[in-house]
Amino acid sequence: MTAVAFKTSETVDFVVIGSGAAGGVMAKELAVAGFSVVVLEQGPYLTAKDFTHDEIKFAVHNALTNDPAHQPVTYRQHEGEVAKPFKAIEYGRQVGGGTVHFTGNYWRFHESDFHERSLHGTIAGTSFADWPIRYADLEPYYTKAEEELGVSGLAGANPFDAPRSKPYPLPPMPVKSSGVLFERATTKLGLHPYPAPVAILSQPYRGRAACVNCGMCELFGCEMGAKSSTLVSVIPIAEKTGRCEIRPNSYVRKIETDARGRVTGAIYFDAQRQEVLQRARVVVLCANGVESAKLLLLSKSQHFPHGLANSSGLVGKNLMWDSGSESSGLFEQPLNEFKGIQVTRLIQDYYAADPRRGFYGGGAIDARFDFYPAGFALSGLPDDIPKWGLEYKKAVGQYFTRTMTLLSHTTSLPLEKNNVSLDPTMKDAWGLPAARITFDMHPDDIATMRWLVAREREILEAAGATKVWSAPIEPIEPNMMPSRHLMGTCRMGTDPRKSVVDPFGHAHDVPNLFIVDGSNFVTSARQQPTATIQALAYRAAEHIVRKARAGELG
Amino acid sequence: MPNLTRRDWILGSLAASAWPAIAAAQQHAHQAVASGSATALEHFDASTARDVAAIATRIIPSDDGPGAMDAGAVYFIDRALMTFAADQRALYAHGLTELRARREKLLPGSASFADLTVGQQMSLLRSIETTDFFAVVREHTVLAWLGSPEYGGNRGGVGWKYIGFDDRGFFTPPFGFYDAS
Repeated sequence: MTAVAFKTSETVDFVVIGSGAAGGVMAKELAVAGFSVVVLEQGPYLTAKDFTHDEIKFAVHNALTNDPAHQPVTYRQHEGEVAKPFKAIEYGRQVGGGTVHFTGNYWRFHESDFHERSLHGTIAGTSFADWPIRYADLEPYYTKAEEELGVSGLAGANPFDAPRSKPYPLPPMPVKSSGVLFERATTKLGLHPYPAPVAILSQPYRGRAACVNCGMCELFGCEMGAKSSTLVSVIPIAEKTGRCEIRPNSYVRKIETDARGRVTGAIYFDAQRQEVLQRARVVVLCANGVESAKLLLLSKSQHFPHGLANSSGLVGKNLMWDSGSESSGLFEQPLNEFKGIQVTRLIQDYYAADPRRGFYGGGAIDARFDFYPAGFALSGLPDDIPKWGLEYKKAVGQYFTRTMTLLSHTTSLPLEKNNVSLDPTMKDAWGLPAARITFDMHPDDIATMRWLVAREREILEAAGATKVWSAPIEPIEPNMMPSRHLMGTCRMGTDPRKSVVDPFGHAHDVPNLFIVDGSNFVTSARQQPTATIQALAYRAAEHIVRKARAGELG
Repeated sequence: MPNLTRRDWILGSLAASAWPAIAAAQQHAHQAVASGSATALEHFDASTARDVAAIATRIIPSDDGPGAMDAGAVYFIDRALMTFAADQRALYAHGLTELRARREKLLPGSASFADLTVGQQMSLLRSIETTDFFAVVREHTVLAWLGSPEYGGNRGGVGWKYIGFDDRGFFTPPFGFYDAS
C-alpha cells in the first residue's frame, strides 16, 4: 500500500504530522511538487474492508476516534478545578483522520467570517479578532479542494453564499424526506433552504464510485470510497508519486529542535512503542486543534522553555467548541431517514450575527437524522417517553422511521481561558501527559443556541410535526457533547505577540516549522470547519513549496 | 432515475470494471447479518442467565412482537461481559446481588427473579431503575435488540424489523413518504 519507505536515518524534505483533512492535502501537494515526505499518523491505516456497518463498533464505541482507554482526556469547566477524565474532544484517529468518519458537510465560510471583529466591534473578555486573510485569499483554494476531493452541491442555491469562481464539481445528493419537509417549512417561513454541499460523491468521480445511500456516513468509514476523505482522494495520489511514505501507528511525542532553534525532525513511538527519530528539513504539523497544541507544549527545550513556537504564550489557548443545538420532530408518515446521507437541506438565513438579537452570534440550521437504530433507542426519544418496558419499545418502533432532527451549528467565541494544556497528573498509555481541556461557554454562545432552538421549533412546527422536543443546552455539564471541531489553539495573525503562526501557517518563532489545521482558526464561523481547514492547507502548501524551492526553508 | 431498478442504477453509476469490487465491498459491509446464533454461555451460570434474561425481557418485552428474548439478549450480554464490557462484570455481579437481597426482603421465600410474576418483576425493577446497574443492563439490552447481529443479539434482525430499519445498505430515492409525494 505504501509506495516508498524512507530510512529513519535519512533526512527527508518534510515530515507531516497527522494525515487528516490538512495533513492528507499537505502530503499530496508536497509530494507532487517533488519533495520527499514522511507522514506520521497516530492511528492505523484502514481500507475499505475495515469499514463495515457495525453500529456497536463504530457508533457506540466510536472505533474511528481517539480512545480514552489509551489516550485519556481530562476536562474542567474553570481554571482552578481539578480536571476529571472525560472525552471532551473527539478526533479521527487513522490515516485520513476525521475525514474518514465525518458527516461530510462541506461549507465555505462567508466573507464576513474573516472580519467579524471589524463588523461587530470588541466583545469584552474575549479574543474576538479579524483573520489576517480575507475570503478572496482563500476562494481559489476552496475551489481546488472541492475539485480534488469531490464535493456535491448546487452553486447559487444559497443566497447568503460568498462568490464562487466555479460551480461544485458534482450535482447535489438526492433529497430525503427530512429535506423535503424542511424545504416546505422554511419556504413557508420566508427562509432560503438549499441543497447541502457535502464531500460525498453524487456521481462517479475520478475513478471513485458514487454514493449508494447506505445511510451510514457519520462515525462510519465509507466502504464504497464515496465519502471524499483524504484517505481515498489525495493520499493515494501522494503515494503514487513514490516520494511520500504514510507511516501509520506513529505517535509523535516531540518535535526535535537544535541549539539554533530550528526543527530537526520528530520523535515518535512506533507500533511497538519504541522511540524513533525521523529527521526532516521541515516539519508541518497537521495533528488537529488539540493534538497540535499538545505536541507543541510537549516539545519544550532549552530554547523553547514554554513549548515550541510559543513565545506569544498562545499555544493551546482560544480553543473554540463544536457548538450547536438540536430539536427533533415526529411526523405522521415514515421518513425512513436511515436511508441516504445524513443532511440534504439547510438554511443560512440566521448565519450572520445581528446586534438586534442582543448578543453576538449566529448559526446555520440543517435537517438531518444522524441516529442509528440502537443509538436512537438509547438517546433519540423525547424525555416524556418511559425508558423501558412495552410503552418504550412501542415508542422506539413508532419514532425511529418518523423522526427528523434540526441541528444548529453555532458560533463559539475565542477566549484565552478556554484552552488545551498538559494534565499535571493523568498520563496516556505511552506515558505522555493527557490533553487537559478547560472550557466554558461564553454567555453569547449560550444565548445564540437558545435563540436558535426557538427557530428550530418554529420550523418543525411549520413542517407539521405532531410533536417537537429539544435537547437541553444548560447546564453545560452534563449536557455538553464532545467537541469534534477543534479550532483556535494556534491562531494565525501577523503580530507574533498575538498569534502563533503567520497567514500561511508558518510558526512565527521557528523558521522551518509550519502548523496547518483547525488550530489556525481565529474565529469559529458557524462550524463545519473541514472545507476551510483544507483550503488553508492548499494555500499553505503552495506557499511552502514556493519557499522550499527558493531555498528559504533550509 | 426512479424508473431504474436498484441494480441498473448502481451499475449505471459505475465504470463496469469497478462493479465486482463494489459488490464485494457491499457484501462485506453486510456480512454481519448472516452470523451470530451461539447458544452457549461463557460468563453466566444457568440460573443467573435466567434472571438476566428475565430483566432484559421486562426492558424490551415480546408482547407485541419480537423483543429482547427473541433477539437473544442474554447471549449478547454474556458475550459482551467476556469481551468489550469485561470491565462491567463487577457491576453486574454487585447489581444482581443487590437485586436478590431486595427480592428476598420484599418477597420472602421467592425462588428467583425469573420466577416472579411480571408485576413483581416490574415493581422490583422500578425500585432500581436509577442505579448504574440498571442503566448498563438497559443499554446492553437495547444493543442486543438493535445492534449488529454478529455480537450474538438481534437474531435474524428481529429488532431491526420491528422498528422498520432495513440493513440492505443501498437505497434509491424516494426514501420515505414525504420525498415520494
